[in-house]
Amino acid sequence: MDKIIELKNISKAFDGETVLDNISLDIHDNEFITLLGPSGCGKTTTLRIIGGFVYPDQGDVIFMGERINDVPPHKRNVNTVFQKYALFPHLNVFENVAFPLRERKLPKKEIKEKVNKMLDMVMLSGFAHRRVTSLSGGQQQRVAIARALVNEPKVLLLDEPLGALDLKLRKDMQQELKKIQKSTGITFIFVTHDQEEALSMSDTIVVMSEGKIQQIGTPQDIYNEPVNAFVADFIGESNIVDGVMLADYKVRFGGQVFDCLDTGFAPNEPVDVVIRPEDVDIVKPEPGVLQGTVTSVTFMGVHNEAIVDIDGFKWMIQTTDPVEEGAHIGISLEPDAIHIMKKSKYSGMFGDYSSFSNELDELSNPGGEEEE
Amino acid sequence: MRTANRRHPQNGYRMALAPYSIWSALFVVVPLAFIAYYAFTDNQFAFTTENITRFFTATSNIVQEDGSSVEVRTYLLIFMRSVKLAVISTIICLLLGYPMAYIMSRAKERTQKTMVTLIMIPMWMNFLIRTYAWMTILQDTGILNGFLSALGLGTVHIIGTEAAVIIGMVYDYFPYMVLPIYSILAKLDGRLLEAARDLGCGSISVLRRVIIPLSMPGVISGITMVLIPSISTFYISQKLGNGKFFLIGDAIEGQYVANNLHFAAAIAFILMLILLVCMAAVKYVTARYVYGGDEE
Amino acid sequence: MKTSSKIYSSIVFAILFAPILVLLVFSFNESKSLSVFSGFSLKWYQELLKDRNTLEAVRNTLILAASATVISTVMGTAAAVGINKLRSKWSKAVMNTVTDIPMTNPDIITGISLMLMFVFVGRLFGASTSLSFWTMLIAHITFCLPYVILQILPKLRQMDKSLPEAAMDLGCTPMGAFFKVELPEILPGIITGAIMAFTLSLDDFVISYFTSGNGFETLPIRIYGMTKKTVTPKMYALATIIFFVTLGLLLISNLVDEKDEAK
Repeated sequence: MDKIIELKNISKAFDGETVLDNISLDIHDNEFITLLGPSGCGKTTTLRIIGGFVYPDQGDVIFMGERINDVPPHKRNVNTVFQKYALFPHLNVFENVAFPLRERKLPKKEIKEKVNKMLDMVMLSGFAHRRVTSLSGGQQQRVAIARALVNEPKVLLLDEPLGALDLKLRKDMQQELKKIQKSTGITFIFVTHDQEEALSMSDTIVVMSEGKIQQIGTPQDIYNEPVNAFVADFIGESNIVDGVMLADYKVRFGGQVFDCLDTGFAPNEPVDVVIRPEDVDIVKPEPGVLQGTVTSVTFMGVHNEAIVDIDGFKWMIQTTDPVEEGAHIGISLEPDAIHIMKKSKYSGMFGDYSSFSNELDELSNPGGEEEE
Repeated sequence: MRTANRRHPQNGYRMALAPYSIWSALFVVVPLAFIAYYAFTDNQFAFTTENITRFFTATSNIVQEDGSSVEVRTYLLIFMRSVKLAVISTIICLLLGYPMAYIMSRAKERTQKTMVTLIMIPMWMNFLIRTYAWMTILQDTGILNGFLSALGLGTVHIIGTEAAVIIGMVYDYFPYMVLPIYSILAKLDGRLLEAARDLGCGSISVLRRVIIPLSMPGVISGITMVLIPSISTFYISQKLGNGKFFLIGDAIEGQYVANNLHFAAAIAFILMLILLVCMAAVKYVTARYVYGGDEE
Repeated sequence: MKTSSKIYSSIVFAILFAPILVLLVFSFNESKSLSVFSGFSLKWYQELLKDRNTLEAVRNTLILAASATVISTVMGTAAAVGINKLRSKWSKAVMNTVTDIPMTNPDIITGISLMLMFVFVGRLFGASTSLSFWTMLIAHITFCLPYVILQILPKLRQMDKSLPEAAMDLGCTPMGAFFKVELPEILPGIITGAIMAFTLSLDDFVISYFTSGNGFETLPIRIYGMTKKTVTPKMYALATIIFFVTLGLLLISNLVDEKDEAK
């Protein structure tokens, strides 16, 4: 696969506040790549730099081998699906989709053909002469996609396009977007703060936080081998405990020594240990295993979610076995359930379920509004 | 290290703003400076404070009802009268206008629109003509007295009194009081009123503790919009007060007509300062006694 | 509506419309009296049409209002677009204050201040009288501008900020994006702003009074002159005509607003 866009050492600050800190990223042709991170992490700014709406303070934006920092948005061969669609309210559906074609002064017949083809693709054939303001959210979304694709751009930028849709519709649109991307072969750069969305749609995920790229990889890589506590916490649920790497394949945490699959650490190096809640087995509280007390159990449908207090650290455990509140239990861990990460600045910030931290995070961040 | 980018859209927006910025500087800011400049200079444009002193010290004799004459500070008297009439007019506008705004805000949406239009229509009649029409209504031989005597109620003498001037001001500026209050009241979230009732407020209590405090921004801008023009008006008192109640606006106009531009500027300068003080006072009082509320 | 509310608002409206009604009725009065109606006649309207000075004042007023409206609408629209894009708090505060000045300052101050400057500058160039159509035009543009800007700014703020970006994304130049996407969006604001500017200019007396000269007389100034002498119902006829013209404009601007809201 060829590189279609390269970002080289991009930095950007707004009013003295760093939003992007020396970002480098390669985007390949025909790829569905997702920029994932909490609000304020710089993902939208990255997208807007590629779109040409934000001028980077430092670094280069390379498009098919050419530096395009100074190319204005209207001359870039990329198109954007905006967060709230940005459909032109004074134009009907047909004219919205025809807008870029009219700008290029294509012959009328060709415009009609192209627009109708696009409307067919997004299943809005009968809606050509409707006002955009009379459409439902999902329909507006489709118009926005059709309008952005009618110019056959090399790259499509999507800025949280599904954020305004309800859950059911969002799932449908995820599949449809993936289908469109496959059939057109256009590179999609997708911005979201929803990790499930990212995992289910992407070829490549770029996890961002505080203006820096934390990890780039396939959804499987990111989920199974998070590089630090931030990624581990942001993608799925994780128990993240302090540990010490005694030697290759040997790690100690919670007062016990476990076998693991990781190598390459210095002897006795302090590390973060990640254990996914679904990888924990509940056993009898025998000597030689971690022991703790169940403090709460929540029935989740497929499984039970138990919070277990082990030496003051609250673990989250997902199990299909029945567990009871107040029970004294033991837990056992297979070597492949244990992921070792180097200590980072995020160490100690995540992974303990002693509070409703996730919900509080969301409360303090309503709507997931991004920085400009 | 940022490369200068000619095509950066921000530059276009600056260009769009440039003509207005220059225009405002030349024709809003500089002229205000000219008021100060003229106020503190004499006919040869040499510095002097005489214009200002004259405002505070000039005297004249007025003949009282019993025939004796007293010496008064001409412009201070005019000034105090302007403030008095303006304040009275503003209070009357508020007392009459608030209930009106409240009634409008509670009406059906269709009715609300009609009422707003009805309130605004008189504003589009030139104020000289409006004032003149009041003169013909209030004259001793005018329509009002014709009406009253037809009903056998005798006649009233209004024209040429302070009351007539106040009627003129209240009439002219009433819409400026109603509309800002109405626009705030109309936007008031109905659920707040329900919440207040839910928490045990009666109708009066809801009005006193929720509606009035929330409508304060509208009240303040209403007061501002009535007080400023009524304190500085001319013509109204000339017509309805039979020229007996010179106001500060009439004083400025008089000096302009007499080509005493420097003294006209001095009066205007003092008027500006007083208005600034008044507005600051209105803001201070409302901030302290309305939003604070705990001093009660 | 409660009965008490109905009574109260009826009284208020009755008083508000009383003088207008008086004008209307007496403009058709047969005799010269402004308080006794003696019979219906159109003679004052006929006389008005014969009054050359008044007709000239009408023409002057319309020329002035039209020029002031066009210039203040164009400059005001550009200014609103620029102000809307300002980022720094300081420059926003400065622009807001400057825009507020002509609206909060009493008309008499605005009029006097401009007059002083015009006279001063005129003297520098040795002109005996510097007040003319041009000084009046400048004054009218100055007091119309804030109203135009304040009609357009909210429309710009309500507009989805990504609309112009979307247009550029789809191939428009920044200029093209403004004319093809932003302008249609804010057009209702521009139209109401222009209508407001026009009516304000038609109606203004105080500021015109201080900045007019050289024989250039607008209607309000002419009316002022007329009310200094004995007034005949001719002036009422004139007032009635002006009233219905401005009323018509007001209704048009309401219609524009409603159409905009219905979208």
